[in-house]
Amino acid sequence: MLPFSFEWLWDMPHMVFHGGLHFALTVLSIGMAYCIIKAMVQTIKGGGEDHGHH
Amino acid sequence: MDSALIPEGVKRAPIWQFLLAIAVVGAVLLWGVYAMLLCWIQGLNVTNMNDNYGFALWIWADLAVIALGGGAFFSGFLKYIVGKDELKNIINYAVLIGFICYSSALLILGIDVGQPLRGWFIFWHANVHSMLTEVAFCLSCYFGVLTIEFIPLILENRQLDRVRFFHHLSHNMHGIMAIFAATGAFLSFFHQGSLGGVAGVLFGRPFGFREHVLVWPWTFFLFTWSAAACGPCFTILVTKITETIARKKLVKDNVIYLLAKISGWMLLTYIIAKTIDTWYWATTTAPSMGFTLMDFYTGNSFYGIWILILEIVICGYLPALILISKKGREHPVGLWVAVILPVIGVSLNRWVMVLQVLAIPVMPFDHWALYLPSWQEVATTLLPVCYGIILVLICYRYLPIFPQERELNPIEEPPAPSEDVAGAAEDEGEEAEVEAPDQPMEPAQA
Repeated sequence: MLPFSFEWLWDMPHMVFHGGLHFALTVLSIGMAYCIIKAMVQTIKGGGEDHGHH
Repeated sequence: MDSALIPEGVKRAPIWQFLLAIAVVGAVLLWGVYAMLLCWIQGLNVTNMNDNYGFALWIWADLAVIALGGGAFFSGFLKYIVGKDELKNIINYAVLIGFICYSSALLILGIDVGQPLRGWFIFWHANVHSMLTEVAFCLSCYFGVLTIEFIPLILENRQLDRVRFFHHLSHNMHGIMAIFAATGAFLSFFHQGSLGGVAGVLFGRPFGFREHVLVWPWTFFLFTWSAAACGPCFTILVTKITETIARKKLVKDNVIYLLAKISGWMLLTYIIAKTIDTWYWATTTAPSMGFTLMDFYTGNSFYGIWILILEIVICGYLPALILISKKGREHPVGLWVAVILPVIGVSLNRWVMVLQVLAIPVMPFDHWALYLPSWQEVATTLLPVCYGIILVLICYRYLPIFPQERELNPIEEPPAPSEDVAGAAEDEGEEAEVEAPDQPMEPAQA
């Protein structure tokens, strides 16, 4: 549910529950986007070949 | 045949053995799939669930695998947040086990809801006053975290790693893994807790109801605590089983002992808290509602006081004392016993808090309800177990799950044979699959 949904209410339960959900989803999305974009740039530039395995 | 996919420097079983194992476990898996289809096509009336057992075998299995999968979040927390760097040698396997446990939990829920196509309702039409909504949110997000933690391991497959983009992506994901691990610990804390909170807020069910701290009943904290204590025990148990089947050491003892020691102290503190909680509930909370302790353990043929003794003493204090003692956890049999018992204990705890709580009569005209699952429920509960075994088999064969395996099991290089001898050896066939020397791949293959 998003704030523009007709079921949404600006009360504490909605803000806490959905705020937590969207916070977690945002962190994961930004983290993955950062990794993917950086990997694309590194692949195009052709650098960073020597960092091996972890 | 598949030696180009096997990690470098390790030895694996011949391909026929691998395929045979997959086929045997796969047959049971197909039985589970058939039962799953029956549940979806014919409806939940093929189960033996009823008003007393609306939470039945599936939800018990769900809560049990979520607790046992807690090894992933707690190991990640210890490695990335606390800084226990030795655990890097077992964290891959903990993540794989966690991934299997949480995907299994979601699969079981997909069967249990009856109409999985409406699974998204809980996100869009969320009841924000329900702890189970929080569980659904955190469970789904945490499965996302586990998937993100699992992806770099897949990308480290020998052939995938040759693709430059995958190589960089894997490296970058490792670089910010602490952020993902911290998010996972946050999500796990809340969904593990809320699963316990569900029983603790049932004021109409005196067996489950507990005192609160703000909006959280004590069971909220006990569930998180028990998952953090028993999850790593399950990780150690599966590692030991894998080592036994593979007939080789995969993780150094110091890593196992460190995780066992931490689990031991977590388990001891948890079981002390659980004892205090049980004592207060038995002497104050339940009597205030008109019940005595033995009302919950008499008058039926199954739920006796033995459950409480087994859970707290035999599967709680006993393994905790073994694990915190250096001599105990370093004894081969002692370690096995000390990791098996908490797994049984936490599974029993979930059964008690989910099923016994609803089976106990609370009205004078009520009677104790007992339950035997239908074969469809049993088959669909075995389904994720088989899926887990198959995924472990595949990952163990093709992914570098255990970083210390090569060091612990060096492969002796045979002396270079002459051409004639080499040709004869090829004719005889190989006993086991060993990694092939790296060959450059064609771009199309990459």
